[in-house]
Amino acid sequence: MTVISALQTSEISVSVWRGDETGGEPVHYQVPQQPSQTVLDVVTWIQRNAEPGLSYRFACRVGMCGSCAMMVNGRPRWTCRTHVRDVLDGQKIELAPLRNLPVIKDLVCDMSEFFAKWQRAEGRFQPTSGRHDAVANFVPSTPQRVAADAGIECINCAVCYAACDVVTWNPGYLGPAALNRAWTLVNDVRDGGQRNRLHAISGQGGCQNCHSQQGCSNHCPVKLNPTRSIAGLKKTIARAVLKRQL
Amino acid sequence: MLSPRLFVAQRLSALIMAPLVIAHLLGMIVAVQGGLDSGEILSRTQGSMAFGLFYQLFVFVVSIHAAIGIRVVCHEWANLHGRMLDLITWSVMLILLIMGTFAVIAVALP
Repeated sequence: MTVISALQTSEISVSVWRGDETGGEPVHYQVPQQPSQTVLDVVTWIQRNAEPGLSYRFACRVGMCGSCAMMVNGRPRWTCRTHVRDVLDGQKIELAPLRNLPVIKDLVCDMSEFFAKWQRAEGRFQPTSGRHDAVANFVPSTPQRVAADAGIECINCAVCYAACDVVTWNPGYLGPAALNRAWTLVNDVRDGGQRNRLHAISGQGGCQNCHSQQGCSNHCPVKLNPTRSIAGLKKTIARAVLKRQL
Repeated sequence: MLSPRLFVAQRLSALIMAPLVIAHLLGMIVAVQGGLDSGEILSRTQGSMAFGLFYQLFVFVVSIHAAIGIRVVCHEWANLHGRMLDLITWSVMLILLIMGTFAVIAVALP
């Protein structure tokens, strides 16, 4: 018997958290195991074959959109790029909605607070020139641009937010993704919103609350290092305090 | 909860504490390895301005550092806010400062 045919005959025992904001419980399904099967494939199989009412999110299926993240065996992961063979615990998988976010239904979380914190951290570009000005000329190899580029590829999946214990303990904390975004803008020489951003990242729930546990960096699916970005923000606000700007 | 100034105060107090802790540990190891008992150690520290200043600085930075640390723990683990948090922070700082100063007086005053 080939490996592929052996896989096709075996089954995975999948526990899926089902419920809504009032509560819920894990429900068990038996799913046929396939070669190169992702966790998202498993969830899709359940919805199409066993439980049409199952709610979950996905869009691109190639690790670009950041919408399919959920807890897989207790860890936040992007499910479209997570292979079943890498996360199987015996022949079992436990799926649950992302930690630290309110549940809407089944595996779908309310991301409003997560994105509101991006706004609260002044995570939007504030241009200093308009369409009639010359295109900004900056050198990619400058330390500031290198620091910004290191954090720029975030896909907003909220895996880091779900992995962060400080968010659990201190729900007002802005979280790794919003602060990582703020760090890329702190290092953007074209940005004109630095003063407001300095207050945003050091206010209630600011970067100084981070304990540097590195759960965000360990779980980030695109291998960013939000802990390093937050460390940069901490240095920025420490300098501002010593210069009496805060 | 943790303002930028408290954050910097905790970092600076840690910066000062680090060499003090190392010096304290080295001093203890040297004294014990040298076979000194507590009476002999006290006979050397009592009346020493250097020992007094060293440990009073130690007590001062520990009071700041520990009070801010406990403030964070109380907020994150006991969900305390506002005035209660301030009260705990100041209380911890004053208690550590007063108790530590009494200890320094006992060790360093002639």
